[in-house]
Amino acid sequence: MKKFAIAVAASALALGVAASANAKTLVYCSEGSPEGFDPALYTAGTTFDASSRQIFNKLVEFERGTTKVVPALATSWDVSDDGLEYTFHLRKGVKFHTTSFFTPTRDFNAEDVVFSFERQRVKDHPYHSYVSGASWEYFDGMSMPDLIKSVEKVDDYTVKFVLNRPEAPMIANLAMDFASIESKEYADKLAADGKMDQLNQQPVGTGPFKFQAYQKDAVIRYQAHESYWAGKAAIDTLIFAITPDASVRYQKLKAGECHVMPYPNPADIDAMKTDGDVNLLSQEGLNVGYLAYNTKVAPFDNVKVRKALNMAINKEAILDAVFQGAGKVATNPIPPTIWSYKADLKDDPYDPEAAKKMLEAEGVKDLSMKIWAMPVQRPYNPNAKRMAELMQADFAKVGVNVEIVQFEWGEYLKRSKELDRDGAVLLGWTGDNGDPDNFLAVLLGCDAVGGSNRAQWCYQPFEDVIQKAKIVSDTAERTKLYEQAQVIFKEQAPWATIAHSVVFKPVRKEVVDFKIDPFGGHIFYGVDLK
Amino acid sequence: MIKLLFRRVGLMIPTFIGATLLSFLFIRMLPGDPVLLMAGERGMTDERYQRLLHEFGFDRPYWQQYLEYLWGVLQGDLGESFRTKVPVLQEFLTLFPATVELSLCAMLLATVIGIPAGVIAAIRRGRALDHGTMGTALVGYSMPIFWWALMLIIVVSGQWGLTPVSGRISLLYFFEPVTGFMLIDSLLSGQEGAFGSAVQHLILPTIVLGTIPLAVVARQTRSAMLEVLGEDYVRTARAKGLSPFRVVGIHALRNALIPVTTTIGLQIGVLFGGAILTETIFAWPGIGKWMIESVSARDYSVVQGGLLLIAVIVMVVNLMVDLMYGLINPKIRY
Repeated sequence: MKKFAIAVAASALALGVAASANAKTLVYCSEGSPEGFDPALYTAGTTFDASSRQIFNKLVEFERGTTKVVPALATSWDVSDDGLEYTFHLRKGVKFHTTSFFTPTRDFNAEDVVFSFERQRVKDHPYHSYVSGASWEYFDGMSMPDLIKSVEKVDDYTVKFVLNRPEAPMIANLAMDFASIESKEYADKLAADGKMDQLNQQPVGTGPFKFQAYQKDAVIRYQAHESYWAGKAAIDTLIFAITPDASVRYQKLKAGECHVMPYPNPADIDAMKTDGDVNLLSQEGLNVGYLAYNTKVAPFDNVKVRKALNMAINKEAILDAVFQGAGKVATNPIPPTIWSYKADLKDDPYDPEAAKKMLEAEGVKDLSMKIWAMPVQRPYNPNAKRMAELMQADFAKVGVNVEIVQFEWGEYLKRSKELDRDGAVLLGWTGDNGDPDNFLAVLLGCDAVGGSNRAQWCYQPFEDVIQKAKIVSDTAERTKLYEQAQVIFKEQAPWATIAHSVVFKPVRKEVVDFKIDPFGGHIFYGVDLK
Repeated sequence: MIKLLFRRVGLMIPTFIGATLLSFLFIRMLPGDPVLLMAGERGMTDERYQRLLHEFGFDRPYWQQYLEYLWGVLQGDLGESFRTKVPVLQEFLTLFPATVELSLCAMLLATVIGIPAGVIAAIRRGRALDHGTMGTALVGYSMPIFWWALMLIIVVSGQWGLTPVSGRISLLYFFEPVTGFMLIDSLLSGQEGAFGSAVQHLILPTIVLGTIPLAVVARQTRSAMLEVLGEDYVRTARAKGLSPFRVVGIHALRNALIPVTTTIGLQIGVLFGGAILTETIFAWPGIGKWMIESVSARDYSVVQGGLLLIAVIVMVVNLMVDLMYGLINPKIRY
């Protein structure tokens, strides 16, 4: 028995040993399986982790650990004065991956950029529906088909995007995962061989890691891209060990079977803090959880009623009970990791007495309302039912009777959009591109009423500011406008802002320079092992 | 025998049609629109929603969708997963060997320990050994799989370091799957230590998945043995002066095994059910985990295809069990 135990222990430790030898292997215990390897087809972070964030590059990218956009496959870009033309100057000498299934004969060039976008944009492009039910979720979701007029190759290393209207967040959009650059040469070869669907299963990119193998629901293997344009990654082999259960992930981390794990169980956090083998990193997530009143329906069309209700909510109690420490009170409609976040904005104080008086002053008596609780768990709201119950108790203290309603998730999303919806809705948002527009216009703009604007709130002074900020391309000026928008938001209170989640990321002590990505991604270029 | 085979296979046809209908209806009865779920908080325009509905064929009436599905099934086409865009059958065949490997090991554990335990309990009826064995079986039978698995991982892997936490083989070994059965593939790979690693990875999941069938088999064996031991022919055998081993091992056990075999056959279906939890906890890439994820994503083709394939497998296993009666007891003629 003893011998057996030693043999097992040795093999468990072997990963660590291998790491300290010449070839460094980093194992990431990922939470789920990727849906595929063509990031433009999907929206799930798990899929992006396995594809765009290791294998591909974009024209511009977010600097690791921040929401700042920096050059990547484009070294620089010019924006025309009318804000309609974006000209990108491409990086030269960028190599695509050489793998067991593809050997590139040329470097990256403008053809690849045009291909990567046109396949999503042009309905009769041969790759537009190359897999059954192909839908370009993010490209469509970010309104790219309406926005982009054309994508043209000017010369081998220059590409021009022409827009239908000025859109300042365009650059940030191009740093998103759907904008990953595929190899046109590889796609053409697959098309010639009649194996187009392989593009989604055996990816070829320019990124820091090249795809080696995927055993469904078990393991994904990558090798460092030796001729990566920004320099070879510090780790040689990257392995995703797919481990759906959070407690098991932690056991694997403790046993040295993996180096980094996402989404720990809140119950394990305390143990992780005192674990000698583990560094527990944390950061606020790029999200906001809120309660959206229906501002089209009385008495919630009255700002003072909304303000009074906001003052009745004990957010600290909610954070303790629902987030168990993995959250931070939200004051603004955008999270603190986004530029233009107005840090000195004052939150409505928790004051049930004052709230009660305000309601009475507005003539609101014996108010009954509904609060909608989401049936799913989200980072911005880990337990909506519990949150709704706490609010129910808070509102009862100011004489407001609350009924909690729940629907199946698809139904919830659909019904909560309805203009005459009865009740306030618990929901939230996770940012896509780190631009304030992605929160303020998407969630509170007039165009989004009846859609993602669950407060059905269209307030002209606010709308004017965010529309102006969409057109201006100077960041300093945009920052001022968005700060102004946040002040208007707080005065008008279409939502009760509740929380931003705090993301915890346990990594083993030997992991060097792992950074939490504000977008929730896991990026292993730049990470090393001791 | 041949006649029976034909009759049984003939009976499987309506069962099969029923299974296609149930699997088709089951996922559609669940609330939740797969297209809306795909979009999530982000939502989508009405035009896009309609287009996607049309592309997936959900805008057609149910009977038409069903006939198309049935027609596809008859041609061996179960459709493609909405999420991965890979043919359902291809995904199933990739994952199924992992489930079979685990289920067979669990069943092996259940029979190898369960039958002798049941026999011993029956012989020692009413004594401490009987109570001890059956008490343990009762505990095993009522064990919440999730808790049991986590306890084993925390104690055996975490504290004692005896087995790996999860997975099918150490990440140090890398080879292309040939059969999909890790025990076989690791031998075929010729890599030193690979087979041992695969065995180590199987230990905990096998114990977890095998616990409930083990308890069921032990209890079933005990009651079947008790019944048989009271029969006249057993008394006769004893009176003839045969050794207790021959009486119990040859005369009694052979007859007692018939209901036990039925139980084992029925447990195959239970194993597939239990595999869902076991596979999720141990990160075992089998069909249980695949199915549960597909249900929550309302991946219609995977759920209906997967259910149908599982139903077919259970039918085939039951047929094989029926045919095995004759092997266990040659007196049974068809």
